[in-house]
Amino acid sequence: MKREAPIQVTLLMLALSIAMCGYGVLYNNEVKIVLKKATAICMQCIGLG
Amino acid sequence: MKSDTKNSVVRKLVQGGWGVLSNSYVQGWMPGPPAIYQGPLKRFCVPGMNCHSCPGALGSCPIGAMQAVFNGRRRKFAFYVVGYLATIGLLVGRFICGWLCLFGLIQELLYKIPTPKIKVPEKADRVLRYLKYVMLGVFVFALPFFYRTKLGMGEPFFCQFICPVGTLEGGIPLVLLDETMRGALGWHFRWKFALMLLCVFSSIFIYRPFCKYVCPLGAFYALFQKVSVMRMRFDQDKCVSCGLCAKTCKMGVNPVLDPNSAECIRCSECVHVCPKQALSFGVGPKKEVKPGETVPVRLNV
Repeated sequence: MKREAPIQVTLLMLALSIAMCGYGVLYNNEVKIVLKKATAICMQCIGLG
Repeated sequence: MKSDTKNSVVRKLVQGGWGVLSNSYVQGWMPGPPAIYQGPLKRFCVPGMNCHSCPGALGSCPIGAMQAVFNGRRRKFAFYVVGYLATIGLLVGRFICGWLCLFGLIQELLYKIPTPKIKVPEKADRVLRYLKYVMLGVFVFALPFFYRTKLGMGEPFFCQFICPVGTLEGGIPLVLLDETMRGALGWHFRWKFALMLLCVFSSIFIYRPFCKYVCPLGAFYALFQKVSVMRMRFDQDKCVSCGLCAKTCKMGVNPVLDPNSAECIRCSECVHVCPKQALSFGVGPKKEVKPGETVPVRLNV
């Protein structure tokens, strides 16, 4: 049977992804972009743009 | 027709409940000029596919949000959305697909329509399963990130040309609720409507075709399936090789051969159907017993 990835690898990746998320929120101004996009009707998404 | 197991009923209730909850902006569903929710909850992405242009949507669609960051005038990597989705993927893998995706539920309900079902030939099925990774890499990442119009703007290629969820949850309700929207219908809507119809009709004959072959969100979560905190465990000592688990799996996974397959949506049907409880969910990898190590055994005398 194949060896599974140890939990330490998972936890390390988890810490990295949380850090990535935090960077996007705090320094990359992404929440503002997401909010701006999601609060207007996206004509392209619904097939009218 | 086979009746649903208790697990399947509970799962559908959870999927439906989540679908109602995440689309519960009542004002948006009222006839008249379109009024989608514009409050602070839209900062957050829902974990499953749910168009943020749906009249009732309270959260953002993660795939739409990811493309919105990629296709801005100033090219940016979507750290927030990618990090958020990676966190979910690392915690539960594709569990979201099986338990919290409204579009998944819609496809499952369509599959319940009693008609002869189609089994996609194995070779074609194997090739088509890679299509969702192409969707993720090309239509969600590469094209929105690299392509720019003459005005310097990018386009959300997946949402614009492929996503049937946007048409079903956003386009059709908005067109039905507001008369002025109907005037804007053109080739683009017809193209997306045709794709949506294809998806809906194929769902009657094939189990979750969008999830199996097209969904970029499922593809993203699938990348973390083998390393996620939540993992499926298979106990070889308990297995009697009855094959019931593989026969039950509608996603075409054999949990005995690959319990954490990228195609598994963790619906846990196989876990419940196993007569010997050889399959279970647990945290992290299964603890391997090293030679010479003593294992505590409980004796029932």
